[in-house]
Amino acid sequence: MTETTPATEPRTIISFRNVSKRFGRVTAVDDVNLDIREGEFFALLGPSGCGKTTLLRMLAGFEVPTEGQILIDGHDMSHVPPNKRPINMVFQSYAVFPHMTVADNVGYGLRIDGVPAAERRARVEEALALVKLEGFGERMPDQLSGGQRQRVALARALVKRPKVLLLDEPLSALDAKLREAMRFELAQLQEKVGITFIMVTHDQDEALAMACRCAVMNRGMLQQVATPSDLYEFPNSRFVAGFIGSVNMFEGRLSVDEPGHAVVTVPEVNCPIYLDHGVTGALDSQVWVAIRPEKIELAKRNGGPMPKMEDAPEGANVTPGVITHISYLGSESVYEVRLESGRTVRVIRPNLTRWDQEDFGWDEPVWLAWHACSPAVLLS
Amino acid sequence: MSTAVSAKPARTPPAPLEYLRRWPLRLWLLTVFVFLYAPLITLMVFSFNDSRRNIVWQGFTFKYYEKALNNDTLLIAFANSLTIAFIATLVSVVLGALAAVMLWRFRFPGKTAVEGAMALPIVVPEICMGVALLAFFAWFGNSVFGTLNWSGGWIWPFNLTPIIIAHVSFCFPFVATVVRARLASFNRELEEAAKDLGAGEWQTFRDVLLPHMKPGLVSGALLAFTLSLDDFVITFFTSGPDTITFPVKVYSMVRFSVTPEVNAASTLLIVLTILLTFLALRLQSRMGAKTMDLA
Repeated sequence: MTETTPATEPRTIISFRNVSKRFGRVTAVDDVNLDIREGEFFALLGPSGCGKTTLLRMLAGFEVPTEGQILIDGHDMSHVPPNKRPINMVFQSYAVFPHMTVADNVGYGLRIDGVPAAERRARVEEALALVKLEGFGERMPDQLSGGQRQRVALARALVKRPKVLLLDEPLSALDAKLREAMRFELAQLQEKVGITFIMVTHDQDEALAMACRCAVMNRGMLQQVATPSDLYEFPNSRFVAGFIGSVNMFEGRLSVDEPGHAVVTVPEVNCPIYLDHGVTGALDSQVWVAIRPEKIELAKRNGGPMPKMEDAPEGANVTPGVITHISYLGSESVYEVRLESGRTVRVIRPNLTRWDQEDFGWDEPVWLAWHACSPAVLLS
Repeated sequence: MSTAVSAKPARTPPAPLEYLRRWPLRLWLLTVFVFLYAPLITLMVFSFNDSRRNIVWQGFTFKYYEKALNNDTLLIAFANSLTIAFIATLVSVVLGALAAVMLWRFRFPGKTAVEGAMALPIVVPEICMGVALLAFFAWFGNSVFGTLNWSGGWIWPFNLTPIIIAHVSFCFPFVATVVRARLASFNRELEEAAKDLGAGEWQTFRDVLLPHMKPGLVSGALLAFTLSLDDFVITFFTSGPDTITFPVKVYSMVRFSVTPEVNAASTLLIVLTILLTFLALRLQSRMGAKTMDLA
C-alpha cells in the first residue's frame, strides 16, 4: 500500500550563515556558508592557517564570530558559551586531565551535569567499552600511551551524548601505523554511535579515508564542499586540484566548446587536449587543465606508430616525451617525463606484475596518452 | 713472577665525567660543606654546653633548653613569629596566586609595568623597605588613628597587623613568581576541555587550574613562610614593644652576650623549619608525580 519512503535528505544539524571571524586586521574566516547534515562524518580540510580550526572553535564556542550566525539544531548559538552547547570536542593534545583517573576524566562532564553516581558509573563503563578501554578506569593518564589517551578523550566527549562531536586534528599526534588503524576505528565508531562527527585536518589522506563529505578551505574561504571522490575527480578550482593529491596543471585556451565536446589548446603540450564534455566558458578564454598522474598512460615510442585514443580524434590527447626520472615506490612507479616544450609531466603507473617496473628505462622516448574523460577543466 | 690470580683488581681510572673521583672537586665539595654547615653544627653543639659562655666546651646539659622554654618573653616572641608567618603566608599565597593568574591569563595595558612593580619588593634593599614601612605606618597611624603606634592598643594577635602587612608585601611577589612559572607549563586546552564538558568558570578553576597550580602554591607558601619567620630587618622597624618577634628577641638577647640559651632557641627553630620544609617537599613531590605534564 504505502510505497517505501524514498531516502529523505537528512536533517541539517549545523549551519554556518555568512560567518566571518577577524582577529584585528587578519580575516581568519571569510563569509562561510555551510550546512552539515545529521549523522555524517564531515571533514574540514585545508593547509595550516586556512581558518579551519577557527571555524571549529567557533562551533565549540571558544571563539565568537565577528559576523554571521551559527545554528546548531536550528538554534542560534553564536553567543552561547561553550559549556552550554550540545557539542563536545576531542582536542589536539587530547587535554586529558592529568590529576584525575581515567574514570574520573570520562565521568567529569556527567559530574558537572549532576548525573547521580550510580548512573554515572554505568555510563562511564559503557563509554570506556565503546573505545575499548575496559578495565582502565583506575589508571592515571600518565600510565597510558598516546593512543589510549586519545581514546579517553573520545570516551569523555561521547559519554555526554552530544549532538555533534568535534575532532581537532585527531590523528596528528599518533605514529604512522596507529594512525592507519585509528582511521578505520574512528569511522567505525562514528557509524556505531550515529553522532555527527566534524573533523579538522590538514592531511588530505585522512579526510578522504574517513569523511562522508569534506570542505576544502583556503585563506578563510570555503573552496569546495563535496564527497571525497568528487573532490579528487571533479575539483572546482586549481587550489582544490593541487591540494588534494598530485596533479599536472596546464594553462591553455578554450578553442572548441560544443555541448558534447571541447578542445583546449595548451602551448606546453603539442597536441590539442580533447574533452568528452562541454565547458561553460567563453571561447578563447584562459582555462586550466588538470590531469592526474595515474590517468596518463605510457607507451614506447621507438619505431612505434603514434597511438590513438579510441575516445579522442586522431592526434589529440597523445604527445611525445622522454623519461627523465623514475621513482620506484613498490606498488607503483612515478615517472617524470619531459615534453618537447621542456615541461615536465608526472606519470604514475601501477606495477601490476613483478616485471612492470622494468618496462620503461631512464631517457627512454615515450608517448603520453590520456582518455577524453580524464582531464578536469578549471576556470579559476 | 707476577701472577694475575693473586693480584687485586686494579682501580679503574676515573672516567671523563666522574668528576667526583678527582681530588680538586672533592676538596671543593668539602670546603662548601664546611662553610655551609660548620657554623650550624657549632651552634647546635654549644646549645648543650654547660657554660655561660659559648667559647669553651664544659660539659653536656639540657638546662639551657629548659631555660629557653621557661623564658616567657622568648616564648611569646616565638609565638608571635609563628603567628605572623602563618597569617602572612596565607595572605601571600592567596594574593600571589591571584596576581600570577591575572598576569598569566590577561593582556592589559601596563602589564609589564605591573610585573615590574610587583618584583620591586624582591629587589629593593630590605633596610629601605623597613624604613619606608616605618614611615608609612607612622603617617598612616597619625592621620587615621591620631596616634603613632596605631595598633599598639589592640589585643593579640591584632597588634601584629602592621608586621603582617609588611611581611605580606615582601612575601607575595615570591609566591606570584613561583606560581607564574608553574602556570607557564599549563596546557590551555585542559581549561577549554573542562568548559567543553560543561564546567563554568569557577568549576574550571577548581577542577583543572588549581590542581595544576598546587605544587607552585606549596613551594610559594614554603618560601613565604621561611622568609617571614626569619625576617629581621623589616620586622625590626615595624615591631613595637609588645610585638617582639623571635629574630628581634634573639638580637636583643645577643646584645648582652651569646648565651647557650640563644643557641638552644635557635636550634629549636632550625629543627622546626627543617621539619616543615621536609613535610612540604614530601607533599609536593607526591602531588608533582600525579600532575606530571602530559601534553
